[in-house]
Amino acid sequence: MSAVVEMSVMEQVIHHLPALIIVLPLMIAPLCVIFRNRIVAWSLTAVTSGICAVIAACLLILVKNGAPIHYALGGWSSPSGIEYYIDISNALILLLVSSISTVVSVYSLHSVDQEIPREKHYLFYTAWLLCLTGALGIAITCDAFNVFVFLEISSLSTYLLIALGNERPHSFMASFRYLIMGSVGASFILLGIGFLYAATGTLNMQDLSERIPLVAESRTVIVAFAFITVGLLIKIAMFPVHNWLPNAYQYAPSAVSSFLAGTATKVSIYVLMRFMFDVFGTNYSFSQMLLSNVLMPLAVIGFILMSVVAIFQTDLRRLLAYSSIAQIGYIIAGVSMATQAGLSAAMIHIVNHGLIKSALFMATGCMLYRLGSVHIQSLRQLISSMPITVSAFAFGGISLIGLPLTAGFISKWNLITAALEKDWWWLAALILVSSILAVVYIGKVIQMTCFSPITTENNQSSGQVISEAPTLMWVSTWILLLASLYLGINSEDFVALTQQGANQVLGGFK
Amino acid sequence: MMQKHQQRHEVLQVISKLLIPFILLFALYVQFHGDFGPGGGFQAGVIFASAFILHGLIFGVTKTRKVLPAQALKTGMALGVLLYAGTGVASLFLGGNFLDYSVLAHDPLHGQHWGIFTIELGVGLTVTCVMIIMFYSFSLRVR
Repeated sequence: MSAVVEMSVMEQVIHHLPALIIVLPLMIAPLCVIFRNRIVAWSLTAVTSGICAVIAACLLILVKNGAPIHYALGGWSSPSGIEYYIDISNALILLLVSSISTVVSVYSLHSVDQEIPREKHYLFYTAWLLCLTGALGIAITCDAFNVFVFLEISSLSTYLLIALGNERPHSFMASFRYLIMGSVGASFILLGIGFLYAATGTLNMQDLSERIPLVAESRTVIVAFAFITVGLLIKIAMFPVHNWLPNAYQYAPSAVSSFLAGTATKVSIYVLMRFMFDVFGTNYSFSQMLLSNVLMPLAVIGFILMSVVAIFQTDLRRLLAYSSIAQIGYIIAGVSMATQAGLSAAMIHIVNHGLIKSALFMATGCMLYRLGSVHIQSLRQLISSMPITVSAFAFGGISLIGLPLTAGFISKWNLITAALEKDWWWLAALILVSSILAVVYIGKVIQMTCFSPITTENNQSSGQVISEAPTLMWVSTWILLLASLYLGINSEDFVALTQQGANQVLGGFK
Repeated sequence: MMQKHQQRHEVLQVISKLLIPFILLFALYVQFHGDFGPGGGFQAGVIFASAFILHGLIFGVTKTRKVLPAQALKTGMALGVLLYAGTGVASLFLGGNFLDYSVLAHDPLHGQHWGIFTIELGVGLTVTCVMIIMFYSFSLRVR
């Protein structure tokens, strides 16, 4: 008897997992405000993110072995109520976001303590949890308007998190700049969704995907398509509308840049995929609206030009920010192929780049913690004083370049294979060129940290002895790197999973 | 100086003393009648807050802050969100989906009623606190 009850409770829990992953961080966030204690808030954030990661892993296993999950909020079934929809592609995003949040929030204890006044810590972690809620919500929901709501939750808390950076006028300006750009993007998305609602009378994505073909010729839908695409590209920080990103990543607290680098833009890319392939349909987006002709050139210019710009940066965080924009170019290039191979390469790179870039920002945060500046000149011969951090950076950098046995290699290999499959050999060549540019900008840092002798002038300015970063910080950095190493070495399962996910995205809602 | 300036507004002070209870009462009406007529948590919260903002404008923010300290407001903000989400979780435990109010009472209709009542209360609480705290933080800014 008790076994039966136990079983049903277990099934109940599994049934409610999609709601729990959103509700948990949403409810813990106000608890942090009530407790107003920095250690409590920090541990609640880390534990909550951890639980969300476990839930996301369960969801991923469930959808990998079974059909996509539908969850009707409030018991109102799909076209009238808000529905959560989980297939492999967004389960992967959920897992990526929540695990990066877990690792980075553990990491954040020391760096936040140094960068933010203690009485604001509980608010910092509240904003963090809300940002996590928003990011997870964007990924999980199947309601177009709900996407916008969660987008606003995560954006507003992100503006706050960036403004908490300790380089005062710069952090404020970076946050304000992001606020302006982000609001323009969000209102474009909202306008687009509004037009879609006017044309179809529904907000549920699955319902939209069925009704849009009936009114596909109408100008309303075309305008909606344009607004949503441009709005999302701003949120993604795609090449011509990327200007908010470098400042935001440079001047945010280092834990925040690490968190955002792995999650914020990735979630928006997922929404772009969802809208283009499922809501509007592959045929509409890529054959009728010729989206490839817009995305592909921008992606290519993006990853070449931004890699070149990264070479000339003198602040390590800014260098990584420009490299992020370049990497987004790869992902969008994969998306704009509109093939199974291209989409799967894009998903692989979303995950790999999320892990690698977060780890690189974390390593940079470790250096910032000890040095107080990550200007490239101040990193001379850092390997002798901070060997673990510098080797973490070097390892992440090598993965970013895409040498064999690293996660970055798997990404590039799949991307190039997908390009060759379409006979786009020029794209494959350009990806290789851009990888060489990555060698230059990562090499510049490695050369400075490992092989540049300390000049007398530098030696005098930094009189004190620099020690290794706190254990908690470098351990969590290495956890992400080892995760990416695992994905690099043991990639078959992961690649197969993304292929299955790409098929689901191309196949539409089930 | 400040005191003198405020003493000149005796008419305003008397009138707003008269008005504030009715503003609060009207806010409560909008709050609790929201499920039958126009209204609900957002509107009621703003009206409720406007009573305190009026008090702040007429009697000075220092006095209002004694009535409602900023700390209490921060807690109130959080409690409102908790009340909203807590209702959803309660419906989870009672066997429905998240925010499925039908399971909150024996009769689904009553359940829906109770559910919307509680979450609107949460919304009202949060909106009130947020509005007042925004007023506080702008009024504290010294040029």
